[in-house]
Amino acid sequence: MNEVAIKDLLYKMADDQLIIGHRNSEWNGLGPLLEEDIAFCSMAQDKIGQSLAFYTILNDMGESDPDTIAFTRNANQFHNCQLVELPIGEYDFSLVRHFLFDTSEYLRFDALAQSTHTPIAEVSAKIKGEIQYHVMHANTWIKQLGTATDEAIERMQKAINVAFPYALGIFEESKYEGDLITDKVFIGEHILRERWIEAIDKVIATTELVIPDLAAEEAHLGGRYGEHTEHLQPLLTEMTEVLSIDPRAEW
Amino acid sequence: MVTTENDILTWLEEVKDPEIPVLSLVDLGVIREVNITDDKVTVTMTPTFSGCPAIDYMKDDIISTLHRHGVEQCEVNVTFKDHWNSDMISEKGRKAIKKFGIAPPPQNELVIDLDILEHIQCPHCDSTNTEMKTPFGPTLCRSMHYCNSCLQAFEQFKPLQ
Repeated sequence: MNEVAIKDLLYKMADDQLIIGHRNSEWNGLGPLLEEDIAFCSMAQDKIGQSLAFYTILNDMGESDPDTIAFTRNANQFHNCQLVELPIGEYDFSLVRHFLFDTSEYLRFDALAQSTHTPIAEVSAKIKGEIQYHVMHANTWIKQLGTATDEAIERMQKAINVAFPYALGIFEESKYEGDLITDKVFIGEHILRERWIEAIDKVIATTELVIPDLAAEEAHLGGRYGEHTEHLQPLLTEMTEVLSIDPRAEW
Repeated sequence: MVTTENDILTWLEEVKDPEIPVLSLVDLGVIREVNITDDKVTVTMTPTFSGCPAIDYMKDDIISTLHRHGVEQCEVNVTFKDHWNSDMISEKGRKAIKKFGIAPPPQNELVIDLDILEHIQCPHCDSTNTEMKTPFGPTLCRSMHYCNSCLQAFEQFKPLQ
């Protein structure tokens, strides 16, 4: 197996989980309902725990320890897709991102549970069950708000239109796509994207919302290669504030 | 005296889930392996949820419990191999959870959908005329429900694949 390809796959998944986890946690104390506040905080905790599981595999493969990897890199060393780094915005945007992203995650880990790379397969099989709750939560809200008042539908549609090109960036292919597919480590981003479109279509079809025309949309790419929006570095700076002030701090 | 795997498992009955202090790690179903060599005992456990913040606490608790029983050299490893699912909670564990006031997870229903979660049996009055308020709760492993029969809010230990 191509070790560089596997590390690349692990980095992008771990970074996705860490960054969306921190974004989700920003709803702590601000959620529109107590239950929603708890939901986003629980999902944040899940995601950050999942990032630790992937950073631990990287550590076992010779990379630095998880805290060092998570908290001492600059934005251009992160491999997360740009979708996860965008600010939380209004609740409609956070819900739409949650729906588009978590649907892709469920399908990704469902596929990776069959990976020939045993540590990835074991962690993915575990994570899949946790993400199932995230998808359930997202689907409930998309169905409810997507069939509610004119204002709700208009807001949700606007959020979909903004988030969609970024969501397509989730599936940006790595340089090692061929190796990963040949070695049966991963089905590849292309097949994953097809499964994702089918899955989101199914939920959106039960609402008055529409998926933007795929042919007319250009994906926001670059995240997997360290190119990020202006929003990532400030987030990393905030995440590492204590460490920067006192690297020996314990908490 | 030679320490056996059974001794270790009996002692581990004293180590409880810090969030549900009536439930031992053995009954929770998270102890995967006990390995005894001449100079060391190694306990391997698996998390219920990968983001569970209680893991470090449980590791320390296992080590101090084994020290108390005279095991000087011991370590705890965490694995994702043969990962935990909610059917791994023992019958004794399920009873303890219910007595503590939390609904145990439904059994043999690991394909989880809203229909299953919507009518969880109330741990106080056993009614299934209940509704789920949210699939999330005060800890990662719990969801929140309301019983329309005894008009009590309650929590459930979530089923997990």
